[in-house]
Parts: sequence; structure tokens; C-alpha cells
Amino acid sequence: MRYLPLTDADRAEMLAVVRAPSVEALFEDVPAATRLSGDLDLPPHQGELEVERALAGLAARNRAAGAGPFFCGAGAYRHHVPASVDHIIQRSEFLTSYTPYQPEIAQGTLQVLFEFQTQVAALTGLPVANASMYDGSTACAEAVMMAARVTRRRKAILSGGLHPHYAEAAWTLAHSAGVVTRRLPAAVDAERAVVEAIDTETACVVVQTPNVFGTASELGAIAEAAHAAGALMVVVTTEAVSFGLLKPPGAMGADIAVAEGQSIGNPLSFGGPYVGLFAAREAFVRQMPGRLCGETRDAEGRRGFVLTLSTREQHIRREKATSNICTNSGLCALAFSIHMTLLGETGLRRLAALNHARARRLRDALEALPRVEVLTPRFFNELALRLPRPAAAVVEALAAAGIVAGVPFSRLDPRAGLDDVLLVCATETTTDDDIAALARGLAAETAP
Amino acid sequence: MRFSKDHEWVEPDGGEAAIGITAYAAEQLGDVVFIELPELGRKVKAGEPLAVVESVKAASDVFSPVAGEVIAVNASLPGSPETVNAEPERDGWLVKLKLADPAEADALMDRHAYEAFLAAL
Amino acid sequence: MTVLSVGRPTRPESATQTPSASRGHGLVQEEPLIFELGGWDKSGVDLPKPALDAADLGDLVRCEPIGLPGLSEPETLRHYVRLSQKNHAIDLAMYPLGSCTMKHNPRLGEKLARLPGFADLHPLQPLQTVQGALELMDALAHWLKTLTGLPAVALSPKAGAHGELCGLLAIRAAHEARGDARRTVLAPTSAHGTNPATAALAGYAVTEIGQTADGHVDLADLAAKLGPHVAAVMVTNPNTCGLFEREVLEIARLTHAAGAYFYCDGANFNAIVGRVRPGDLGVDAMHINLHKTFSTPHGGGGPGAGPVVFSAALAPYAPRPWLVRGPQGLALAEHASGEAAAGFGRLCAFHGQMGMYVRALAYMMSHGADGLRQVAEDAVLAANYVKARLSGALTPAFPQGFCMHEALFDDAWLEGTGISTLDVAKALIDEGFHPMTMYFPLVVHGAMLIEPTESEPKRELDRFCDALLELAGAVRAGDVARFKGAPYFAPLRRLDETAAARRPRLAWTPEAPTPQPS
Repeated sequence: MRYLPLTDADRAEMLAVVRAPSVEALFEDVPAATRLSGDLDLPPHQGELEVERALAGLAARNRAAGAGPFFCGAGAYRHHVPASVDHIIQRSEFLTSYTPYQPEIAQGTLQVLFEFQTQVAALTGLPVANASMYDGSTACAEAVMMAARVTRRRKAILSGGLHPHYAEAAWTLAHSAGVVTRRLPAAVDAERAVVEAIDTETACVVVQTPNVFGTASELGAIAEAAHAAGALMVVVTTEAVSFGLLKPPGAMGADIAVAEGQSIGNPLSFGGPYVGLFAAREAFVRQMPGRLCGETRDAEGRRGFVLTLSTREQHIRREKATSNICTNSGLCALAFSIHMTLLGETGLRRLAALNHARARRLRDALEALPRVEVLTPRFFNELALRLPRPAAAVVEALAAAGIVAGVPFSRLDPRAGLDDVLLVCATETTTDDDIAALARGLAAETAP
Repeated sequence: MRFSKDHEWVEPDGGEAAIGITAYAAEQLGDVVFIELPELGRKVKAGEPLAVVESVKAASDVFSPVAGEVIAVNASLPGSPETVNAEPERDGWLVKLKLADPAEADALMDRHAYEAFLAAL
Repeated sequence: MTVLSVGRPTRPESATQTPSASRGHGLVQEEPLIFELGGWDKSGVDLPKPALDAADLGDLVRCEPIGLPGLSEPETLRHYVRLSQKNHAIDLAMYPLGSCTMKHNPRLGEKLARLPGFADLHPLQPLQTVQGALELMDALAHWLKTLTGLPAVALSPKAGAHGELCGLLAIRAAHEARGDARRTVLAPTSAHGTNPATAALAGYAVTEIGQTADGHVDLADLAAKLGPHVAAVMVTNPNTCGLFEREVLEIARLTHAAGAYFYCDGANFNAIVGRVRPGDLGVDAMHINLHKTFSTPHGGGGPGAGPVVFSAALAPYAPRPWLVRGPQGLALAEHASGEAAAGFGRLCAFHGQMGMYVRALAYMMSHGADGLRQVAEDAVLAANYVKARLSGALTPAFPQGFCMHEALFDDAWLEGTGISTLDVAKALIDEGFHPMTMYFPLVVHGAMLIEPTESEPKRELDRFCDALLELAGAVRAGDVARFKGAPYFAPLRRLDETAAARRPRLAWTPEAPTPQPS
């Protein structure tokens, strides 16, 4: 078997050294009744050809996003990733290395993490960032928990513009720790209702910009209201490319900024693996979850990097840890960092401007449709549309015609009473032909 | 100065006392990198956690050897945690308490008894 | 005070200026940070000019400089290739890391995960356009359920610790559904730190169960601590000492008799895969680290995946989304209604780590039932071989009998030498190996936990043992400098972790220069 280097001769030699009569003897502590005598009811080993044939067959039954007009966003985004990124992350030393607990032989990983942290801090406008979380939604949940620790309060207000999956993930984590999350009603312009909900028991408000309906907002007033009540403002961003055009969370008064980094360096991959970005004010650094990489020197005075402030973490603090996290999203963070390095500030700004320009083109085409209403006033690259009939049925019909028209809001939250809302997204990969096809398709599907 | 079995020292001065960790504890911990100090006004009983001393690889609870109320914390420590390693029984004091019972410290070991206790460990 | 450490040094004891014998400067290059390479106006990506501007966004536009450098493509390749050369990796040599299962990562998985039909799929596309992806998830679920003998699986957890949380939250939901709110979780003193951390996160208090002298869960202590307040018992099997809990059926019986659930930390599944089913041992929930047993790459720290298998009793409480099969094909039950109504909620956005599912399924299909069984046998044989070869010179923590897939040593053999477990680990780096897991489990003094895995050829196992035996000889000969100053041959010498923690520098800033020594 191609992945198992030991030969029968090796095994016999090893058994002799071990002084065991057979391999079976090594399993003597397993209760006899629970030992499986034969192979389980699963197929036997297969060569690469057979495995590839089977799995490629499954892949062929999916419609890749690039196969035609495609307008899904809502937390995951189709962007072009330069060829170098995937090439570099497949180098053995990055792909098959372990967590950098032995820093002397992991300076590659550690320097990348330090650069990544610096990039995330710059993008979010907050001074300290960690070495990544699993994804944006768990980063959001962890931010709520961190705010509860910092303020010693037990209530979080979740804006109605927050991605419903993020709100649910935050509820799941917070609820078992006794932190109450109050979710405000979903609305295109949801951020205004947040200020009224703040009181002296609020640990944090969680607001998203651009929000799930695509709305880009100025959050300064919310930050002021939160701080006046002794609460923190957590800002969520699901489309990381927007950092290249919009005012960053740190400049709007955010205390904690979390984001989904998938847009940069990482493919859609049907929802994972992704990479969570997490940044905060300097004063809160010891309450941050996740790994942190810091700069130091070695015995010969050379600059190097190590994982640090580990006493927050599970392997030391155990039940008193800031969280239970053991992994970050290392390789995805590397991909993010490489892509960001290739882009640079000028490239990121241009990419963001391109995305916005495509979305403006999309908006103009859709506004021309008599029975489609564009709901989002100010946007980055996503729009919410109101259709004359349930969006899910329209999406299904258009999919059969080869157009993936976007995400019906009812898919994310069937109880919001917004079944007629469709979320559409344009990126630098969206062509004029795509937009024309969507406009024609929507016109046909919304005709009286 | 009096010593607890958990390697804390207490130095009574009238109705107040300074508290810290012993040289032995500081050496066992290794390089101290951070100290989590209690809020002023916090009341503790003997044996309750008072502070947390962090080295790189560990976070160790400091238990109050006596009962009292926190009236001062060593403000120089957050900026120079190494003081706890350099001067654990002097400049590296952690907390000052207003003692609930000034005689409570008398029941603890004196230095001679503490050193004998260490030798037997 | 409680002293939770072994007081080992966290900065180099001897700061020397003597350059080491061989640093390989010809190949391993020094490489500055991207921020030190300049390039504030450079980009390695060519993008067209946008046809429309952003005037419609008014004052929402970001005016201040972001502070990010860019590099051309050739400079970028050089930067990262130079950095990569400073990393050790399983593709270079054995990683004897106990509890981590560092085995070979098949490249077929990398190829298949990158097929556009998997990589270029949006999680919220209409379900009829992703039936192949859902079939793959169903196939993976089938393999996991069959291998573990448990009827249900939640695929969404993004890592092992996330899976532990998933398991405990399902357990909590199950108790709450019966109106029986229990407050405590029991876990052995040898447990991995994620176990108590997860229990605390799930709202439980943690009580420790003691260990017997021969490295197993103390049944009497367990029985004494069980009661109507205990929600779950968290056990790793094989345990973190590398031993199979031979009384596991009794552990399960006692746990169930007390009305609690048996959670199994599946980190050590590699020892028993294909030979024992956790369901047969009475396990109610177990997370499986796909990046351990099923060899999805460690990637320098992640991403992982931690699906959780559930017993019939816990299945109704599994988190959303659920994979359900209907007349139209496969669908995802994403909301709290119908079958998924009792589920404890959603752990994260979307459906889980699809990229890792493709790799794990490719691994499983390649090995097959027979190959996976062989994996466990070879893994256990390799660990026993290493234990046998090293036991003369090093001191095994539990010398009697055999170990499972990992061998545990303590530091008794180092007593009186002035050399610590840490020093031995650093000297091992100079021999070309990543060190073994050190100082874990906490129940053994100066622990060294060695897990070779099944994907090491015998000559690499021998090379590793020879290196450790030679080091043991050097310890006996009193060559202290070799250990205290190690590593000499790595790209960097020992690093000052004290300074990093005392004055944290977590991002590059233009003002602050290089840090001062502690």
C-alpha cells in the first residue's frame, strides 16, 4: 500500500525487538468482545486512478461558480487569486509543517504570522491582531465573549444587519456561557436601531459593515453611544476586499474588529476552510483569544519570532483559558498574506475600486428593471433586491437556465419575513455579459 | 515576616500587611512576565486566590495567607514584572491588605521554620 | 501559590556570539519583513482601471494610507521561498510528536481538493447545483459512522477543540431537554488542555479524576466523583499516556448508570482505527481530528476539521446544518425546524471544512478498510519498537507491557545531570528531527511523548532511535554544553520567550526598532 512504508520483513524484525509474538498481542488491553476480527464493511484500498475517478465524478456533478453568470455573496466571495499563491502554499515546508511550538525550526511560519498580524492590524485600523481564527463567524462569537470578559457584563446587542449565520454562531457560544445575545430585527438599514438598544448592562454591540444586505455605514455614532454606556463596539466585515475602499473599523471607533478573510487568497471551497481575522485595541490584548506571534531575539542577538502570551490559552490555563482554541487557520492565513503582499496597498485599492465599479454597473442594470427594487442605498459590492415574488423560486428557476442569481435572504433566515429579498454580489470576476444575462433572466422571471 | 506553605510571605505592619511570593516560588516559576493584581477594595479570606503570577509557560495563583481588604497594589509591576524575580521579598511585593485580624499572621511559619520546610520538600 | 510549571528556562541561558559550525548560508538566506523591503507603491497584480469611481460613497471612503507594502511577483516568490527554507516539515523528516499524529500527507488530496467542482463552489448556491458536494459529505459521513460504530455525525466543527465544544453542547442540550440541568464534567488529570477549557466554555465546572500508578483512569475515584450533578465524563482512549484504557467498558457503565454521557476525545484514534469501534466501547460522542488520523495537512498550524460522531441518544441534538436525503436528492436542513428542531444550534457559518472533507475522503478511499486497519497496526508496532529500542537508555513512564501508538518517557534518566527534557529536545533539533512532545501529559515529570505513526520507514525509525541513544550517551558523558547551547545548527538559536512576553511586539511599526534583550 503506497502510503505504508513498512514491509513484512520490517514488521517481523520489529516484533522481535519488541518481543511480542504478534501484532495482535500489542492490542491485549482492548476488551476481547470489542476487537474487530475482520475488516469493516467498507471498500478495500484503491489506487490513485480509482479514487480520482470516483471523486472527480462527484466534482463533475457540481456547477462551478465560474461556469456561467454567478452572483452569490453573503459571506463568501468569488475573487481571482494570482497563480503564485497556490503554488507557494503547496511547498512542503508550509503545507506539511506543524504549529510553530519549536521556534528555532519554524521561523518561516512565524515570520509569516507576524507579517499577517501586521497586515490585519493595518487593514482593520486596530493595533493588535492575532494569528487568525477558524473563520469570520467564530471570530465574531469569540469577540462577544471577549467583550463580556473585558466589561464584566452579560448582554450583547446584535445588529439586524449582521449575517444570520454569524448571529447564530454568536448565540451558540454565548448562550452556554451565560451571555445573552439580543438580535435586532433584520433590515437593510439596520444600524440605526442599534443605538436605542444600548443600556448599562450591554457588554458590546455587534454591527456589520458592509452588512448582509450590502449596506456600507458610518458607525461613529454607534461607537459613541456604546462607549458612553461603558460598552464595546465589535465591527464585523464579511468581505475583506472592502477594507481597500471603505473607512476601517478602527477609524470608526471599533474596539474589536473581526472579519472573514476568505476573499483574499482563498477559494470558495463550498464554505471552508476559511480564515477569521481578529484585531483589537492594545489594552485588551491579554483578553484576546487565539494565537499571537511576537518579535524577540535569539541567543546570538538575531531577530526572530515566537508564539507568545500563551498563558491565555488552553494548554496552560486549561479551564481558565480565554477560549479552547488549539489551531489557527495557518495555511489559509498564509494564502491571505501572500495575496495581500502581491496586491500591496495600490493593488488592494484598485481591486476594491474595481469591485465597487462592477457593483455600480450591476445596480444600474437592475434599476432599469420595472419590477425589481434595489434596496441598498450605499454599498461596496453587494446589493439587496426586492422582487415581486419569493426570491428562492426565482433563483431556482434561473439556476435551471444556467444563471446563479444570488442568495435569497430566506435561505439565511426564513423567519425574517423577507422572502422576497434577493442578495446579489458583483466582483472583479463579473463581466458585462454576466450582468446582461442576469438582467434578462430577472426580467423574465419577474414579468407579470 | 511570616511564610505560608504555599510560598507566600506576609509582612505585618500595624493593622496592615504587605504580601508577596517567596524567593523559592519565584525561582520555581522562572521568568515572571505578567502579574494580574486584584482591584482595590476586594476582600479576601485566608487561602483564597489573590493574584495571578504568569511566567511564559505557566499561570500560578497566589493565595492570600491571611484575611483582609486590598488597600494597595504594586503599581510598578505591570511595567517591570522582572522585579518579582529580582526582589521577590522586597520591591516585588504584590498587594497590601488591611488585616481583618492582625494576629492571624502569627500562626504562620517564621523564616527559620519556612527554611526547614523547604529543606524537607 | 500553585506552581503549574516545571520552572524551565524561557530564554537562552548563554547568549553567545560564537557563530555555529554549519549554518548552510549558501542555501538558507536571511529575509527581512515585507515592511522592511519597502515597495509602498508596488504591486505584483495587474488590474484594469475601474470604469466608474466611488463618489457615491462620499465620506465612507478610506482616505488615510493603509500602510501595506507590495512586491512584484519575482520578489514575492523569493520572499516566501526563503522563509519556507527555515521551516521543518514532515516531508523532511519524522515528527515524533505525541498526540499530533504527524503522518505523510498524500498529494492526491491536494489535487482533488483543487478540482473546480469542489474549490469553485459557493456554500449558498442552489442545492441542485451542488449535489456532488453533498454526496461527498454523505460519503465521508458514512465512512466516519462505519469506522466508529456510531449512527450520526456532525460534520461542521472546524477543528478538534471545536468538535469537543460541539459534543459537550449536544450533551448539555440532551440534559436540558429532560429538564435535568447538570453542572459538572469529569476529566482525568492527564487530559489535554482543550478538554477542561472546552468544558468551561460550555458552562461546566471541571472536576479531575485521578490516575492509577500504571497510567490509567482511577475507577474508584471516578465512581466516587460521579453523581446526579455530572453531565459528562471526558476521556481520551487510548489515553494521553499512550495506553488503552482497559477498563473502558466499566468507565462507560459507571458513567451511564449515573445518567451522564461518555465523551471520547478522538485525538488518538490512529491507534485503533479499523480495529476497534468507539461505539462498541460505550462512547456517546467523539470528535475526530481529520488533520490527525485522516492526514489532512497541518499547514503550519491549521486549518483542521473536527467532525463529531454521536450515539442515537445524542443524535437529535446535533448542530445545524443536517444533511438529509429526500426524493429530490440531498439537502441541508439549515434551520431549527422539522428533523433538526432539537439541534443545539449552529456552530459556525455555512457547512464546514469542505476542503478537508475531500482530502480526508481521498485518504480513506485510498487506504480502504484493510489499509486503515494496517495503519493502526503499523502505528502501534512502530511506537512499541521505539519504546523497546530506547528503554535501555531512557526511562519509560510505564515500563510494564506494551504501549499503543505513542511511547511516554519521563526525565528520571536525566536526574543529577543538570540536563532537562527541554535541553534534550533542543539537541535533537541539531540531529535533524523535530522534537517529541515535551512536558505533556502533565502527570508525568519532564514528559517526552513519542508518536512515530505508520508512515515512517523502518530506517527513519532507526535513525531517530540512534540519534536519541547517541544523545543519551552524551548525557552520561557529561557533555552539558552540547545540550544547554542547542540548537546550534538550526536557522536560529534559542529564542528569548521572556522578552517576547514581557514587552509584546505583535506587529511591525515604522517607529519601533528591534527589541531589547530581557
